[in-house]
Amino acid sequence: MSGKSSTLGPGMRADTLPFGIPGAQAPGATLTTVSRAVAENEPPPLSPNSDLRVVGKPVPRIDGALKVTGRARYTADMQLPGMLYASVATSRLPHARVKSIDMRAAQAHPGVRAVHVVKRVLGVAVLRDKSAEMPADFPIVRFAGQPIAAVAAVSQTAADEAAALIRVEYEPLPFVVDVDEARKPDAPLVYPGPADQPHTAGGGGGLQNLPQQGNVHGPARNERGNVETGFKQADVMVEAEFRTQVQTHGALETHGMVADWRGDGLTVYASTQSTSSVRDELAEIMDLPESRVRVLTEYMGGGFGAKFGAGNAGAMAAELSRKAGAPVRLTLTRKDEHLSTGNRPNSRQHLKIGATKDGHLTAIDLRCFGTGGVGTGAGAGGPAANMYQCPNLLVEESDVFTNAGPAAAFRAPGHPQGCFALEQVIDELAEKLDLDPLELRGRNDNSAVRREERRIGAARAHWAARRAPGADRGPIKRGIGVAQALWYRIVNLDSACEVRIGRDGSVELLSAVQDIGGGIRTALAQVVAEELGREASDVRVSIGDTAYPVGPPSGGSMTTTSITPAARAAVFQARQAMSAALGPFFGVSASEIEMRDGKVFPRADRSRAISFRQAAGRLRTSEVVGRASRVADYEQPKQLVQYGGVQFVELAVDTETGVIKVEHVVAVHDCGRPLNPLAVESQINGGIIQGISYALYEDRRLDRNTGLMVNPNLEAYKIAGAFETPEIETVILENYLALSSTDAGGIGEPATVATAAAIANAFYNATGVRVRMLPMTPAVVLDALRQEMRA
Amino acid sequence: MARRRHGESAKSSLKGLSRRDFLKSAGFGAAGLAGAKLLEANLLAAQSGPAASDEIGPGPVPLKLNVNGTPRAIAVEPRTTLAQALRDNLGLTGTKVVCDRGACSACTVWLDATPVNACMVLAVDVGKRRVTTIEGLAPEGRLHPVQAAFVAHDATQCGYCTPGMVMSCAALLARNANPSLDDVKRAVSGNLCRCGTYPKVFAATLAAAETQRGHP
Repeated sequence: MSGKSSTLGPGMRADTLPFGIPGAQAPGATLTTVSRAVAENEPPPLSPNSDLRVVGKPVPRIDGALKVTGRARYTADMQLPGMLYASVATSRLPHARVKSIDMRAAQAHPGVRAVHVVKRVLGVAVLRDKSAEMPADFPIVRFAGQPIAAVAAVSQTAADEAAALIRVEYEPLPFVVDVDEARKPDAPLVYPGPADQPHTAGGGGGLQNLPQQGNVHGPARNERGNVETGFKQADVMVEAEFRTQVQTHGALETHGMVADWRGDGLTVYASTQSTSSVRDELAEIMDLPESRVRVLTEYMGGGFGAKFGAGNAGAMAAELSRKAGAPVRLTLTRKDEHLSTGNRPNSRQHLKIGATKDGHLTAIDLRCFGTGGVGTGAGAGGPAANMYQCPNLLVEESDVFTNAGPAAAFRAPGHPQGCFALEQVIDELAEKLDLDPLELRGRNDNSAVRREERRIGAARAHWAARRAPGADRGPIKRGIGVAQALWYRIVNLDSACEVRIGRDGSVELLSAVQDIGGGIRTALAQVVAEELGREASDVRVSIGDTAYPVGPPSGGSMTTTSITPAARAAVFQARQAMSAALGPFFGVSASEIEMRDGKVFPRADRSRAISFRQAAGRLRTSEVVGRASRVADYEQPKQLVQYGGVQFVELAVDTETGVIKVEHVVAVHDCGRPLNPLAVESQINGGIIQGISYALYEDRRLDRNTGLMVNPNLEAYKIAGAFETPEIETVILENYLALSSTDAGGIGEPATVATAAAIANAFYNATGVRVRMLPMTPAVVLDALRQEMRA
Repeated sequence: MARRRHGESAKSSLKGLSRRDFLKSAGFGAAGLAGAKLLEANLLAAQSGPAASDEIGPGPVPLKLNVNGTPRAIAVEPRTTLAQALRDNLGLTGTKVVCDRGACSACTVWLDATPVNACMVLAVDVGKRRVTTIEGLAPEGRLHPVQAAFVAHDATQCGYCTPGMVMSCAALLARNANPSLDDVKRAVSGNLCRCGTYPKVFAATLAAAETQRGHP
């Protein structure tokens, strides 16, 4: 071990950890080691993946068989004895004062056991000063689809029938659903005064306490240097407007909860990305201590940022269960899922960037606004502020309230839309400067990992063979484009695990963390198995239950980053306890006991190996246990550590029909130490396909005359399917950061950030025409081509 | 014994098609390229149902279904879809309901050898056709080659589309032992996956076909 012990505090030691990227060619990126001060009870440093047996290897999911046989049980599948079914009545008007609600007919409907009128709407912005609004008996309706009341009945059909009998008397109010209309000074006010959306565990909700004028909340300003000075230094400038649409999350399993209220507390099965935040929010709503609320999420059918906290569905289910004295299952309809559970805000971005002749950025000026409906979080400035080195920056982000369902965190909030603008302008600058777009990026991007990703991706995608824009003569035009991603290493220290080794040789890990499809269940098994010399399939992973040690929310790509070091610390403790028990048997000290290939032996004499099971049989107690919480990263950098990602897209444009077909994607990504390349690859595929879907198809359409969504389903709200899926080549870099005992990071967000931008750049290379609007539907494409022809 | 006269309603053709059947079937048009085939299957389902004179309901009616090789007797309201009957009455929750209108194929089951959207078939219209769900695709404790390949190739993420995907892909292999990539895409063109697992679904299904042909 190297490192200066003199600088170490008490209880600390110096560890040498892998640092850098194996096989990297870029200077400063190659694999080396670095010394870190770590707590003495931390597990020893983990070698690079090439030296490991289970971690870093493609391990099939340990719950795969349950999923492919339909035996994995999701919230919507729960059936408890005496369980009731809930149905929700929602507003058909986008803005109204509720004068009265008559529940009598619903209550009298056969089979109905409880009714509930919503008193507080969750997940939306709230007025800073409540007195700005006339007092009302019921929440003001601010979007079509806002929940009004709910019923619980003995069957779903009885509940649906009863909900239809709820009579609501409205006083309609003027409304606005269009972001540009809502900005006008005489627009109807969504909120009569300044309002803020509370933060969610997934990073949803925008900045608070910003100035608000009319419906415009903001701007939030992020400034360094002076952009005016910067633009004076520029030799070339590009300035353009970009527009992106509202995207809804569309998880296949809608928001749902099964609430089981008993006299002494509440048990909830939840389709959530955070068991702990559901528990905390329900405790607050139901006025219970947190310890009296238990939340379980064994399997959940997809979460992309909108499933944090109890939400209105959870609150209604809990209230109905309390009133009915029976468990209540409330799962939202597909329509309500589109209308009321969250979305990615749209954006209008005005972006101007200047650069010198030699390709150095001198100023970035981004003014953007967008609407998250009755929520906030439309800021799209992350990429502009954080991707490139630029001495002069001004980012102004505003939210515009409209009478539409609230935004929620959605896979890399703000970043796909921000990249769509930024990466196109960078491409345009490169063309003006007569520079290779990769070269221009290289001159302004300090990230060593992205440098390596550009190099690898360019070779795989045959970037050097790319042609001039619009080179194809026929109606089908092909092109290639590139864009970069960034995301941030986010750590939640409220993450803990317990590991039990039983006298029968069993190994179990327990944590409240939930597996939303990223595969954390398997990654945890790998971490435990590696330490004990077992296989991942030997480890039982019991997660998704707040009765276990607390888990982090699964949002912002923080799950793996946060929970796996706790798992490794816990299994390390358990292993130490087991080794201590075996020391006398082998006649060596605990530290000399090795566990490998299912065997336990003294390091000096492998011939004395006994099986793990035999070894566990020698425990004096029925089990040994390790339990640990996440410790802080070994080093706290001044700025957030970034993940990179570079994607190359090849596509074909049919210039007669306007149809774009993405044919091939090369995606090079990093997430610290990849624990399970199989699952990381799946998430990268998913990020790209969701990115294609966002770029080309998805669009929440509101009718401005009625304020209603015209496509709240899965046939008119188009999501990429099998035929829209291109050939995808992924490359996953190992990028050792020496920051934790697993050094692992998440991949959920970075994978989707660059795709739409890369598609837009490829479109330009194919046609010589810029499309600055999403989604790039045939109509948008044909319009752009026509305008270019006129020009 | 269900009091349906299955198979006797061939003459009724569209006469036996209720408004709900029609609306549901019409909704299929948007379900993608697989829609046409499924639409046909659902029209057949409607046609083999009761003739218009056989008025039943609205209360629960007794019904016999052959599910995964086992005869099951249930009582459901005539408006109950096969998906609801499987999930709520028989506890077979592997069949997922996502859109409940034939747009996503999450609820794919087989009627005899034909994959159908269980949300688009009324339980009373199933008749004597054998229903195979994800739970019955392989004997208990064993995996169908498609299921095994889905696990090996990581063709699941959240897993909610998985049962429907597996049923569509296994049906493909039953009718085409040597599918191309495009055949696989066509077979799952109605199956939506929000996690974006399609590439691995393709790879797994092609690998399963190889296994089935005896070249593992």
